[in-house]
Amino acid sequence: MIGTSSVTKLAHGPLEPPLEPLLELRFPAQADRLKLVRGSIRAAARMCGFNDTAAQNIVLAVDEACQNIIVHGYKDRENGEIVLYLARRRDGIQVSLVDSAPLVDPATITPRALTDIQPGRLGSYFIREIMDTADYRPRPDGAGNLLEMFKRLDSTPWQTT
Amino acid sequence: MADNLSGAQNQDVVRLTGSVDLEHSPDIRRTLLDAVAERVNVFVDLAEVTYIDSSGIACLVEALQTARNHGANLGLVAVSRQAMRVLELARLDMVFSIHDDLASALQAQT
Repeated sequence: MIGTSSVTKLAHGPLEPPLEPLLELRFPAQADRLKLVRGSIRAAARMCGFNDTAAQNIVLAVDEACQNIIVHGYKDRENGEIVLYLARRRDGIQVSLVDSAPLVDPATITPRALTDIQPGRLGSYFIREIMDTADYRPRPDGAGNLLEMFKRLDSTPWQTT
Repeated sequence: MADNLSGAQNQDVVRLTGSVDLEHSPDIRRTLLDAVAERVNVFVDLAEVTYIDSSGIACLVEALQTARNHGANLGLVAVSRQAMRVLELARLDMVFSIHDDLASALQAQT
């Protein structure tokens, strides 16, 4: 069944701080384009107040989410696109990824168990480990998927200087 | 990028540099699996790795398991701060043998 899934570590109030758009990037869903995107994510995270270690972890989480789209979402298509939105909130950074891939069942996105050292499924583990929320749902128009992630400035010891 | 620096008999040093990511992991995987198939001791130098993602980590894990299945050893050498951060996130820093440099890695094998 296609539905929504939410990984939430911290509770948020009903009124989220306003979003300040930082960047919108549309790029081909190809592995060799991700290095072009990583620098922008890192700079945006730094602009939001994260230290360099935290910014690099956020880069990893977003990169892994893009890889999931490339490898799993667009596995049968060569001309897929990804749209990345980065926005600053007073309390952190919000990241949105939009694709036009077949709808993903969030129940199938399972990170590896901590004791499992088999290769694979690490990407979803990194997303869950690094980000505070990761919400998978269909696009409002039903033509693909929307992943919204949020990272709080103060949610882990390595977040801020 | 992966360079295989052939060492002494039954020993290889594979040096990974730059981004060990989805773009490069297929070549890196092949290099690592070839190395562990042919040698008893394989050391992977990560000193110049500036970025590693889950596909790169998966290459290292697969090479480690293949090495163990062959009765070989695979160790990580001079792990960069960036690579160590990701290994720690994956809780794999205790799974691999990690050495400060090649000399200490060789000493640990004797």
